[in-house]
Amino acid sequence: MAVVQFSEEKLNKVKEIIARYPQGKQKSALIPVLHLAQEAFGGWLSAETMDYVATLLQLEPIEVYEVATFYSMFNLKPVGTYLFEVCQTGPCMVSGSDQIIDYIKTKLGIGVGETTADGLFTLKTVECLGACGYAPMMQLGKHYREHLTPAKVDEIIAECRAKANAN
Amino acid sequence: MGRKLLLDKAHIEGIRYYDTYRANGGYAAAEKALKTMGPDGVLEEVKKSGLRGRGGAGFPTGMKWSFIAKPEGVPRYLVCNADESEPGTFKDRYLMEFIPHLLIEGLLISSFTLGANSCYIYIRGEYAWIPEILEQAIAEAKNKGWLGKNILGTGFDLEIYVQRGAGAYICGEETALIESLEGKRGNPRIKPPFPAVKGLWQSPTVVNNVETLAAVVPIVNIGGDEYIKYGTGKSTGTKLISACGNINKPGVYEIEMNISVEEFIYSDEYCGGIKNNKRLKACIPGGSSVPVLPANLLLKTAKGETRMMTYESLADGGFATGSMLGSGGFIVMDEDQCIVRNTLTFARFYHHESCGQCSPCREGTGWMKKVLHNIEYGKGKMSDIDLLWDIQRKIEGNTICPLGDAAAWPVAAAIRHFRDEFEWHVANPQESQTRNFGLAHYADPLPTPAAV
Repeated sequence: MAVVQFSEEKLNKVKEIIARYPQGKQKSALIPVLHLAQEAFGGWLSAETMDYVATLLQLEPIEVYEVATFYSMFNLKPVGTYLFEVCQTGPCMVSGSDQIIDYIKTKLGIGVGETTADGLFTLKTVECLGACGYAPMMQLGKHYREHLTPAKVDEIIAECRAKANAN
Repeated sequence: MGRKLLLDKAHIEGIRYYDTYRANGGYAAAEKALKTMGPDGVLEEVKKSGLRGRGGAGFPTGMKWSFIAKPEGVPRYLVCNADESEPGTFKDRYLMEFIPHLLIEGLLISSFTLGANSCYIYIRGEYAWIPEILEQAIAEAKNKGWLGKNILGTGFDLEIYVQRGAGAYICGEETALIESLEGKRGNPRIKPPFPAVKGLWQSPTVVNNVETLAAVVPIVNIGGDEYIKYGTGKSTGTKLISACGNINKPGVYEIEMNISVEEFIYSDEYCGGIKNNKRLKACIPGGSSVPVLPANLLLKTAKGETRMMTYESLADGGFATGSMLGSGGFIVMDEDQCIVRNTLTFARFYHHESCGQCSPCREGTGWMKKVLHNIEYGKGKMSDIDLLWDIQRKIEGNTICPLGDAAAWPVAAAIRHFRDEFEWHVANPQESQTRNFGLAHYADPLPTPAAV
């Protein structure tokens, strides 16, 4: 396991974030810094990562754990390289999200919350992401993939596989 | 064509960038506010305009601003609520993504009016690509002297920061948002004290929705008296409606608040009618928490009057026969949709999003989800329908924040208007797994709406 340590660039970013708040209010930087940490350390927050963030912001570890466990975007377990977060709330449901979720399950051979054996894909269902007019949809990394159809899902999976092969 | 105040320039190529925005009249309102109107002048116009909070609650903005405490030597804060998480709502995303400078200009004028020198945009974490767009707009504005120190030589300083959330519907509630901005769990605070007195870091704070703050720009430009003319009664100005569900043209529309619901759904200027020539079954007009209305009560009120897209008309009849304009998240359901299943997805949503502080909400949302799940999957009993009614009543009004009410209302409205559909599910556990109840509520097929 690699040592949990931000790069110089990331440390500067942390400093820049802390400077947004009044003196002594660096706890406000916690959520932005957890985002940075999740990005930097494999897409999830291990106990070591959370402890590192606590030290960085001069917080008690519990203050970090209680926040990390509250917000649904923080992954507390390892996830695949490509995390499919498919919305299943009302507006997406009336536009066919159930069928999309079923299709992804069959296509990847995994259930919701599971990761493919090659570690490439994780399927997660999520609640409303604010893309109701462009349903069904999912979040993939930083971006939304909207107006999903089985054909589009195939394309996305192929695109991820190609990217993984190129790396 | 309806007149527009917020999206009138949205179609202009390059409006996302400062030069184009400025060349098309951008920052004229900021100049007017800072150089000639002064804080009191702006506050007066906002009060006159009748602007109401566009996040869902509809509280008069001018009044909210006038509540802010002004103790000596204590900083004040403006927080822009961009947490947009009410299912069916995706209007703020559109504003921020395509016309970010409109929001920045609104934040500048509003901060100036409130005497706030720091302003935070709290944006939902999932909108992960938007902070960069906003930060670029902020950098452009700063570069041109609209942010930073001594803006336009008035002595007024302002910095705007973007803060991402991390996936929590509850952070759209203003005190939960403040907690989150302080780096904590999004647990709503007990009020009072209200944020206007003790908000962010215990300082006086105003929290307003993105669309509300953007609307300050046209109000300053045209004046409160003129703004009132775009609308009717207490529904002044224009409103962004995000339309979704089974319609031909889902998307974000700016409407003058003087058109009918029927026109909004069926005219080609807006939703363009129901998809695949299906018939309209029901609609949730203001985001998932407001009561669902069956088609007959949606297009006309119980009194037989035409239902309009206004705060007053959508609420006509109270919860017995009316609903709310809410956030403008307009969810349309066609004849093939199952009300039980739809209600189940919302119950699951609220259960997932309950912060867990108050037991009626934490436990009640879970029970509603379980009971609805049983009914939907053919394992329900007739008594479950009354049980659901009972649970929702025990949540409503018994929690610190309105999430409890928001979870209770959709369940209550679904049973109120579609009880026969719930009963059919219970009575036909096998059949209900293979087909939907459809439009059986209506003795006659719904009339085709008059051509709009």
